[in-house]
Formats: sequence, C-alpha cells, structure tokens
Amino acid sequence: MGSQELTGGPGAGLPAEAGLHAAAVQESAWSGGGSPFAMGSKKLGMWLFIVSDAITFSALIIAYSYVRVASADWPLPFHFYPSVIKATVMTFVLLSSSVTMVMAVRAAKLDQRGTAAKWIGATALGGLTFIVLHAFEWATLIEEGVRLFKNPWGSPLFGAAFFTLTGLHMTHVAIGVIYLIIVAAAYGKGKLSSEDVEVSGLYWHFVDLVWMFIFPLVYLLSVKMG
Amino acid sequence: MEQSAEHTHHAGSVKLFLYVWFWLLGLTGVEVFLAYEQLGVKLMLTLLMGLSIIKASLIIAYFMHLRYERRSLALMLMPALIFVVCMLFVFFPDSLRLLHMRPR
Repeated sequence: MGSQELTGGPGAGLPAEAGLHAAAVQESAWSGGGSPFAMGSKKLGMWLFIVSDAITFSALIIAYSYVRVASADWPLPFHFYPSVIKATVMTFVLLSSSVTMVMAVRAAKLDQRGTAAKWIGATALGGLTFIVLHAFEWATLIEEGVRLFKNPWGSPLFGAAFFTLTGLHMTHVAIGVIYLIIVAAAYGKGKLSSEDVEVSGLYWHFVDLVWMFIFPLVYLLSVKMG
Repeated sequence: MEQSAEHTHHAGSVKLFLYVWFWLLGLTGVEVFLAYEQLGVKLMLTLLMGLSIIKASLIIAYFMHLRYERRSLALMLMPALIFVVCMLFVFFPDSLRLLHMRPR
C-alpha cells in the first residue's frame, strides 16, 4: 500500500475513463484528492452494493436457520443421487467460474482484451450451466409436490424457505450472466476499462460466495439418510 | 520491503488462485462428508456455518482482492457487516428453546 502514495503524480492528461484507476492510485493521500480507497467510484459503489446485498442474504439465511432448528418435522427430501450430487456439481461449476473470472480480470489488467473477453465468456457459460442444473432441481421438487406453503413430508415452511433463498440467488446468477455477457462484448470491442471488468468480477464472486452458504445450509442440512 | 514482495506476489500468480480454488473445493468435500455423519442439527449448523464463513473469507480475500486493497476499505466495510449480522442473530437463541416450549 505505502509505496503507491509516495510515487504519486497528479495523473493529469490521461483519458478520463481509462485513466481513472491509475489517477486514483497515483494521487497522493495528502493532496486533498477525492479517493481515500485508491479506487474508482464504480468499484467502491459495487463494494457498497455487495455489503448491503450481503445483509439481505444474511437476513434470509438466518431466518431459514431459525425455522430449521425450531422445527421438529423439517422435511429431509434430498437423496444423495441425484440431488446432493447435482448440488455439489453446481458448487463446483460456480467455484470454477470464479477462477475463470479471476483469470479474466488478470488478462484485463495486462491489457489483453481478447483473452479477457474469452475468460468472461467462460464465466458466463459456468453461470448458465448453474442455472440450467438448478432449474431441473426446481422442476423435480415441484413434481414431487413441494409448493410455497405445502409439501407432502412435513413443515410447510420448507417450500417457502427453499424457493425464496434459492430463487433470490438464482435471480442474482441470471442478472450476473447478462451483466457478464454485456461486459465481455463491450470490453472485447475496445470499450470499457479494466476496472469495469474488475467490478463485474466483484459481483460474480459475491454471487459465488452466497452459494457457499446456501449449499450447505439448505441442501446438506436436509439430506435423506440411507 | 514486505509491501513490494506482496505486490509482485499478487500481480500475476495464477498459482495462488488455483491454490485457493483447491482449498474451496476441499472444504466443500468436507461439508458433503459431514452431512452424512449422524450429528445433531445444532452442531451440524454450527460446523457448516463455520466452514462456510472460512470459504467466504477466502473468496473475499483472494478472489475479490480485498486483502490487496487499502486496509481502510476492509475497515469500512467489514465491521458494519459483522455488526448487522450479529444484530440479526439476537433472536436466534429462541429457536433453540422453541422446540421444547411447544405445548404437546
């Protein structure tokens, strides 16, 4: 951290969009400049959004955990095959798509626009795979008779908890896939800066992070033994 | 000295990202294994929540790069998040008693 502040120049004369990050990094902390976190406003904005969205998901996850612990007749509908296997594969796909996103950000930092666009495309493909697998999972449960406030096995809250949590998460994944495709296309064509790629990466990693809570708490706490 | 070493380390270390990825997959494996151990729901919830927090921290620190941003960013974001989450847990002990308090 320290070395950046000392090398600071005013960063003037750079093109506004592309130079924003560089200017923010180089600006001296004591010059009265406006970037205390050494990052562009879009990136800071995304961080703030992520924290507020994290609180939304926390509220849902904690509410779910509450009814899960307090219900004696919580349904245990997830067989090892196919449900748990499928959810594990979905976790793998999402984690791997995070790695491809990291590679995209790295390529963007090195100014390799084509490579970065391909890695972002791979990430979006991972997200799409996740959505398809999850849609099948929903279809299976609905076929078995799970509704928002009704299911054949036990506590009627199961459907509400399951569909709300995974549904909100899937909405985030779907928005993320669209976002990534737009960023990949624009960045490949020479628009946007490497920081814009980084911002989309932050969002994608957050979506991945939320699933790290939903997978064990929703699926692994409700597995069918034997 | 330490600063510059850290900087070259994060600039282009695909190795580090893959290392973090392996850890995340490994912890996922542990969670799936745990699911089939016959533990009580409270203990299981604690273990799974704990492992998930470790995984989330790895993602935030390395994939989301927070470790390499200015410390002030983490100091602004994380205490606020942790405080709110702790407040959300205020009513949680009720859920542990509820099962035994229900009229039969």
